[in-house]
Amino acid sequence: MTQNRIVNDFSITVGTANGSGSSTANTTLLRALFKMGLPVSGKNLFPSNIQGLPTWYTIRVSGDGFTARREEQEIVVAMNPGSFVQDLASVTPGGAFYYADDIKLPINRDDISLYPMPVKQLVRANAEIPSNLRDLVANMVYVGILAQMIGIDQSKIEMALKFHFKNKEKPVSLNMSMIRAGAEWAAENLPKTDPYTLEPLDKTDGLIMTDGNTAAALGAIYGGVQFAGWYPITPASSLAEALNEYLPQLRKSEDGKNTFAVIQAEDELAAIGMCVGAGWSGLRALTSTSGPGMSLMTEYAGLAYFAEVPVVIWDIQRMGPSTGLPTRTSQGDLSFVYNMGHGDIDSLILLPGSINECFEFGWRSFDIAERIQTPVYVLSDLDMGMNQWMTEPFTYPDQPMDRGKVLWEEDLEKLGANWGRYKDTDGDGIGHRTLPGNTHPLSAYFTRGTGHTPEARYSEEPDVWVANINRLKKKYETAKQYLPKPIVKTAEGAKFGIIAYGSTDPAVEEARLKLERDHGLKSDYLRLRAIPFTREVSDFITAHERIYIIDMNRDGQLHQLLSMKYPEHATRLVSIAYNDGLPPTARWVRTAILEKEEN
Amino acid sequence: MSQPLPMAGAPAQQVNSAGLSKNDYRGNPTTLCQGCGHNSISNQIIAACYEANVVPEKVIKFSGIGCSSKSPTYFLNRSFGFNSLHGRMPSLATGALFGDHRLKGLGISGDGDSASIGMGQFKHAMRRNVNMVYIIENNGVYGLTKGQFSATADKGLTLKKQGVNMYLPVDICMEALASRATFVARLFAGNAKQTKEVLKAALSHNGIAVLDIISPCVTFNNLESSYYSYSFGKEKEGPLHDISFHQASEGPQSTISYVPPKPEIKLEADMIDGEIREVALHDGSTIILKALEKDYDPTSRFEAMRVLEEAAANNWLVTGLVYVAPESPSLTDVHNLVETPLNRLTEKDLRPAPETIKTINDLMF
Repeated sequence: MTQNRIVNDFSITVGTANGSGSSTANTTLLRALFKMGLPVSGKNLFPSNIQGLPTWYTIRVSGDGFTARREEQEIVVAMNPGSFVQDLASVTPGGAFYYADDIKLPINRDDISLYPMPVKQLVRANAEIPSNLRDLVANMVYVGILAQMIGIDQSKIEMALKFHFKNKEKPVSLNMSMIRAGAEWAAENLPKTDPYTLEPLDKTDGLIMTDGNTAAALGAIYGGVQFAGWYPITPASSLAEALNEYLPQLRKSEDGKNTFAVIQAEDELAAIGMCVGAGWSGLRALTSTSGPGMSLMTEYAGLAYFAEVPVVIWDIQRMGPSTGLPTRTSQGDLSFVYNMGHGDIDSLILLPGSINECFEFGWRSFDIAERIQTPVYVLSDLDMGMNQWMTEPFTYPDQPMDRGKVLWEEDLEKLGANWGRYKDTDGDGIGHRTLPGNTHPLSAYFTRGTGHTPEARYSEEPDVWVANINRLKKKYETAKQYLPKPIVKTAEGAKFGIIAYGSTDPAVEEARLKLERDHGLKSDYLRLRAIPFTREVSDFITAHERIYIIDMNRDGQLHQLLSMKYPEHATRLVSIAYNDGLPPTARWVRTAILEKEEN
Repeated sequence: MSQPLPMAGAPAQQVNSAGLSKNDYRGNPTTLCQGCGHNSISNQIIAACYEANVVPEKVIKFSGIGCSSKSPTYFLNRSFGFNSLHGRMPSLATGALFGDHRLKGLGISGDGDSASIGMGQFKHAMRRNVNMVYIIENNGVYGLTKGQFSATADKGLTLKKQGVNMYLPVDICMEALASRATFVARLFAGNAKQTKEVLKAALSHNGIAVLDIISPCVTFNNLESSYYSYSFGKEKEGPLHDISFHQASEGPQSTISYVPPKPEIKLEADMIDGEIREVALHDGSTIILKALEKDYDPTSRFEAMRVLEEAAANNWLVTGLVYVAPESPSLTDVHNLVETPLNRLTEKDLRPAPETIKTINDLMF
């Protein structure tokens, strides 16, 4: 045994070949740790590939509850000859390296513990495993060996497998037999020489574990989504697939009929076209995509803005430009979406920063879209959307649905001939709309992307155009009161402020804590949750001489938008921006701030 | 040039079985050129809807971008309408018709809008059998942008500024058949009666009815030699049959119109002699086809393809009901929707009950 034990504070990275079935093994590990009461996070760092390319899964265990990715990897499992050399080099000095012993490559490290694993022998020796399943269960060998070596409760592993296999007995017992074989072999043959160990805690009681796309889909279902048009794209597909999974469970009528329709469109142009049609005809409509799809959706988004059609658009961001890194995370679409459309345009943008907010904005986005009669963009990202996160359970919407200003037959009967689709009768810039199927003879109006009067008639008159486009601006102001406010955290004696958004939150929070603990640098923190910027944002900026703006993109897009919005304070705003496709680490945030503070 | 469309058919004061006069089906004055084929199509839409007792509030008008796509404001002012994006009408209509599955779509597009920029969406709308009449006002040329070739222009067509068209034309009916449209017709805007009768039948069809209407552009493509000119149509049109439409008393599609008790089908005088073929539509309406030179079976896709090929080979503008598959479920049919239109559902129908949130949380790990 070793000198010091290091308990519940390290990272495990598993390197495998894509398509080898390792994702089951890796999420099983993550879930088992979660059920042991240990705060964990798991990041799938995968290639754009079905089979063969190297892929990694990195799990962070943190008794203190930190969930951001770490750059250090104390335990590395190497199952893939293709990434073996890189994996070996990546182990933190003093760490542990587990590797399949059929990989015959030189090992040039003497500063780490080396644990060869006889994966193939153990699989072949297991009579329960049919030969066609050998490759798939092989990954369970490292789960079993790790369980033995770092102390993972096998009963929790079994719980994770039962969940994964939906309680089907046969795959659970097959996989468990391999896990036991691995654990038994390790107990007899591998003396532990590294310090990394787990001990159960009670810090995950009452929490659930899921991904942001599932949360978004469920939120949308509780928001009454009625129509979804989508086109497959990584990392957004699982959002629509979750709609397909949960809508039939939650939204069938008593006689088994559907209160919804989901259509996989022929492309993103059609996906959003269908949603704009559905939104116009009064349905709560949603589409989900990523950067390339957003590019294709832009023309319809502009029409929806100008024709004032409610629609919700989820952008699960990935690395661009172009196809970019399609399986890596980014906040690269912010300025694009801010300006989504040609001509004068305003975008309402929601920025969920947690799994729970994916759920909450899932329903709230419809209320905002229908109230303001405009597209609402929700910007998530691959890290939040596709990775498993521990989170508080979902909570039921705390507000009734807001269906906005809709006139039905009886309303028109009262209003008579006074109705005009784009008349600003309430002074908030928002007109009243009627929906197809309304049988009142005054109900119909003609919707167009061309210039129009308050009565929805075609017009090229300069004054009419200006009045209309300025009314749209007024709507944008009205919208502010309906948007989620930023979350502001203050610290007595703070030296500077930080503004961040989205999935960088765990890294920012950890960095703040460590800046204070290790460097005595206290900070205030505003986590932005929506655009347009509201009073809280300008108050925060004016209250600080120096504000670091954290962006997961090259140019500091939020920094640019804030600088444009508040030019008089632009010199206070300092950009900290970086994006290599990997989820951000606290070290990056901390180092970048320290560098700027010292200069 | 802005003038009200002259009225075809009945005098303005008379009312139909829906209690509406022809005026109730009119739109704003046209802004298209005088003599444009699209204007006569608009006129036939007004006449067909009037004669078929259509309730205008039960129709949604759609269009894309182009001369043709301007025309939905020239008829059915009492219907909802949406003038969408270039080539993107089909997706918009697909989504909008989910709002209230009892409504009928009436889409107006052109050869640029559907056969070039919008070919993909056009074909997918057919494949999904969206419940709409999909009219392509086909003139082989871009009008609003001043006379460029469209994808349906004949090879060798010479236009003043464009020179000679080097490429083969797209045959819209052929595309429709290949994409499994359930109702396909080719019509000539100069043949008012046939256009009107087919329009009525198309409104009664459950699913997509694609009408490829040759509609001459008097400004940019009306030379005698052009397939899309009035003179070519008048000389070379060869109808497959004489058509008359007899409306049903019941059926799902009849929700778009007021339906009188089913009249006994009485053939008009000119239909009496000759071989008669009846096609029953899903709502019980009947299309009566009188054979002309030879009998034509519009329920055979094979025959449809053959007749289109034959017409193309012989420089013959074949018109009529090319193909129909009357019993095909429409898009909203296959989605197994609740009876109440989706856009009239309330929070109670749409937000799962509070107790379900625990079940959902339990489903997570």
